[in-house]
Amino acid sequence: MESLMIVLVGILVAVATYLVLSRSVLRVIMGTAILSHAVHLLLLTVGGLKKGSVPILGQAAAPYTDALPQALILTAIVISFAVTAFLLVLAYRMYLMNGSDDFQELGGSPDE
Amino acid sequence: MNNIIVLPLIVPIITGILLVFLREQIKLQRIISLLTLLFIAGVSAVLLNLVYTNGIMRLDFSGWAPPFGILFVADSFAVLLVLTASIVTAICLIYAFSTIGHRHERMFFYPFVMFLIAGVNGSFLTGDIFNLFVCFEVMLLASYALIALGGEKVQLRESLKYVLINVVASWMFLVALAYLYGTVKTLNMAHIAQRVAEVGQEPLLTVVALIFLLVFALKAGLLLFFWLPGSYSVPPTAIQAIFAALLTKVGIYALFRTFTLMFPLQADVTHTIIGIMAGLTIIAGCMGALAGRDIRSIASYNVIIGVGFILVGLSIGTEEAMAGAVYYLIHDMVAKALLFLIIGTMVLLTGEIVVKNMSGLIRNYPLFGWLYFLTMCALVGIPPLSGFIGKVLIGQGAIETGSYVLLALGFGSSVIVLYSLLRIFLASFFGETLISEEDKKPIPRSALVSFVLFAICIVVLGVGAEGIAKYVNDAAHTLMNPSVYIDAILTTDP
Repeated sequence: MESLMIVLVGILVAVATYLVLSRSVLRVIMGTAILSHAVHLLLLTVGGLKKGSVPILGQAAAPYTDALPQALILTAIVISFAVTAFLLVLAYRMYLMNGSDDFQELGGSPDE
Repeated sequence: MNNIIVLPLIVPIITGILLVFLREQIKLQRIISLLTLLFIAGVSAVLLNLVYTNGIMRLDFSGWAPPFGILFVADSFAVLLVLTASIVTAICLIYAFSTIGHRHERMFFYPFVMFLIAGVNGSFLTGDIFNLFVCFEVMLLASYALIALGGEKVQLRESLKYVLINVVASWMFLVALAYLYGTVKTLNMAHIAQRVAEVGQEPLLTVVALIFLLVFALKAGLLLFFWLPGSYSVPPTAIQAIFAALLTKVGIYALFRTFTLMFPLQADVTHTIIGIMAGLTIIAGCMGALAGRDIRSIASYNVIIGVGFILVGLSIGTEEAMAGAVYYLIHDMVAKALLFLIIGTMVLLTGEIVVKNMSGLIRNYPLFGWLYFLTMCALVGIPPLSGFIGKVLIGQGAIETGSYVLLALGFGSSVIVLYSLLRIFLASFFGETLISEEDKKPIPRSALVSFVLFAICIVVLGVGAEGIAKYVNDAAHTLMNPSVYIDAILTTDP
């Protein structure tokens, strides 16, 4: 299962890299969103996939899963949602003001 | 009693939320935000003394003893930076009162500054590396909003690039965290340090350390500073000054923590790379500062030179050099903020950004001109002012360890800094004045107050070096002896 997950992470990173390197702003933002999902899966996998029961300890506790990676991913997902939403709004405003969503035309001129 | 550690994080967040509801009461917003910062400065001064007398303090949230919970740690290094950050931001806010304009003030300028400060203080104080990531993000989200605030063409364009670069850097941070957690199964910084020391710093851990180096270098503007000149020159002056003073310094703080506490064992690999990067940063920053025609980009490249010089201290890694680096870090936060405020005011007064097109400012604004001269002397490191002691201590460390190349680069950069700033001084402040008496715009009084306050800080830091030396030495001692930090965290007492 771990190897399958890592392959999936690899594919996601490859796709995301392709998107991030493109010229259109929107594709780059999609790329960063996919990158963040890839790294969430990586965190989950590296932390160890589910092997035990839920982490509630009692008198007769069975071996339990490490809940920490899930907590980390939860936080990271929230942050990545916030950043992606901000980026989309920013890109939209930037498109309205500059009239282009092509990075090649967003270099800026030296006299500004 | 330990609860005092959390105040620098939680008070700005609460005031920030409160200020959102006071959108139209601009006067009230100003007073509350200034009072908050002064309160944090007071709290951190008290905290600094407590840490000095009682040793490192920690706060385990909800009583989860380390390494199981999230915790805040106050050691001298962190608290010194929190104190400096809040003082610098308070003075920048005084400058902002008269210059930022009602439009910004109504669009939640003060709440965003409060959130930025919360993120910065949180990053300094946290003792858990995932929490460091979260505080970084809090700080970065506030900075994204502050760069874009105002919504001008250039601002939106540059902020988009800034945000994208930082998103990718945060992604790498998470990758490094994932591998670190996979290898040592803990996120508490002291516990990581202990585990790394137990297993020895094997190659995989060194790679993780290098990814951390890459991430923090990107945030600190160490070698990977290509985003910095563009994004630091678009927002209004007060915001630029806050950024120049705080944002790169958080990256530098993280580098110091990572490479003195968690991964100090493979120093010949990691610290050599840091040394090379610092040297190249100084060279590139000097070239940028020499080539610039535009005063804002000269100021931005001076930030980069400062970053390089501080990290020379980390790469040398003796106790003296560490003390020098801590001292220089504090000086740099104050002096760079003042430099950016002055440069921004020059642009405001003349409406020009090219050095050649300004002339004779000192005739119309004598005090302003001499304050610029003072800043320049401090940045170069002329003795009674703040930059001097840091430079001397780092130089001493470099001679002890025989890093003569870094020594030459570091001290050579002082000459370049002097040249680039003196060029502005000669071209823009001396000569025939281009502004006639009628056209002369007055400098707002609160702006002058903020310059004078910064100038006082610079002089006090230099002259009163004796007074803060004990805290700086304590910080350097903790940085050089990770066991002090580890013992303070991992021994469980009530």
